[in-house]
Amino acid sequence: MIEYLENKEIIARRIARIFKAGDVVNLGIGLPTLVANYLPEGVTVVLQSENGMLGLGPAPVPGQGDKDLTNAGAAPVTILPGGCFFDSATSFGIIRGGHVDYTALGVLEVDQEGNLANYKIPGKMVPGMGGAMDLVAGSRIVIAATTHFEKSGAAKLKRRCGLPLTAAHEVDLVVTDVGYFEVMGGAFRLLEWFAPYTPEWIRERTDADIEVMSGCRRSDIE
Amino acid sequence: MNPIPIIDASSAAALVEEGMTLHVGGFLGCGSPDGILAALLARGTRGLTLVCNDTAIWGAKGGRSNGVAALVAKRQFSRVIASHIGTNPETQRQMNAGETEVVLVPQGTLAERVRAAGAGLGGVLTATGLGTEAADGKGKVTVGDRVFLLELPLPGDVALIKAKRADRAGNLQYSKTARNFNPLMASACALVIAEVEELVEIGEIDPEHVHTPSIFVDYLVMAGVK
Repeated sequence: MIEYLENKEIIARRIARIFKAGDVVNLGIGLPTLVANYLPEGVTVVLQSENGMLGLGPAPVPGQGDKDLTNAGAAPVTILPGGCFFDSATSFGIIRGGHVDYTALGVLEVDQEGNLANYKIPGKMVPGMGGAMDLVAGSRIVIAATTHFEKSGAAKLKRRCGLPLTAAHEVDLVVTDVGYFEVMGGAFRLLEWFAPYTPEWIRERTDADIEVMSGCRRSDIE
Repeated sequence: MNPIPIIDASSAAALVEEGMTLHVGGFLGCGSPDGILAALLARGTRGLTLVCNDTAIWGAKGGRSNGVAALVAKRQFSRVIASHIGTNPETQRQMNAGETEVVLVPQGTLAERVRAAGAGLGGVLTATGLGTEAADGKGKVTVGDRVFLLELPLPGDVALIKAKRADRAGNLQYSKTARNFNPLMASACALVIAEVEELVEIGEIDPEHVHTPSIFVDYLVMAGVK
């Protein structure tokens, strides 16, 4: 009997391995932000923050924050040497123009057609899309970063999103706390799974088409 | 270059009239013209349309609030056009209760619609929002083999912006991520009021390092001066 335990850290650790040095990456607020803590030694990516900077650095020493230097979630941050600032039109020109290699963002639902819903639960939660629609439509590769299950126990990976979409057919990769998937050919293709889960267990508990590819393997991330 | 008037925050707020469309710079309160907004809150002008990236941070019951949040709570806006209202539960409440019309626009699209208004463009074409509710009611244009949404310019009556430094002619420099929508708002409105932290003489800002040219700016307000 395998018991599911939510594990955000493993999602961040797996996503951190996707990038190579020099990639331009936008990390969404929340879980995706954790990815920056797990970048492998020697892999320096350029973090873009849609409120207007490249070269996003770590949080400042408490008390040393600058009121004019925040990330897109209003948290104080720093800028790395070589970074720069720009206005919102330039920022979204970078995003929409395909100059961001990867965007990793959280989801409410993601489906096997690559559709993503993450900005609205009608009548309940309507925070607005912020920059998410541009990021998902404009980035070269879109990574959905999410725990595999909702609190209710239903998988967030769906056959078809029921919530209003953030973007249609744009998601390329899905990293959850049970496995790493590629979205292709109208299915989630399992590339890696995380122990103690197994491909069979994942398929049984996810109401979506999951293909287990021939090269699929157990991740060495513990 | 001629000097432009330096006015106090309440005089600036008096230039905003009931029913006007107001463009406000800032991103979750970072880079927002807080002195002018406080004066506009005190003045209580209503029936305004707000164009702003977001409705800032509203902490009910004495929690941290900033930017335009208190003006939303005081119901000074009858219409809000923004990309994000998630850090202002009061905006969400007013929207769900039908008290305030809220139009949500993708952030990059909002930036380009404001820029288009300031740059004399008839609109912009973007793939952002295709296949979503953001495409509802909008025209589509095919260019080559790609389909785009037609997004229309978003001009305003008054822009309230924040800069780090101005010279007396109104040339502006922003600070770090406090720049965000401020230069765009400055281009798109009939009247532009910039709240600044430092004032220098004409010629003291290196012309290579001016972010917003003085011709866009009509009035200066010194930050931190009542």
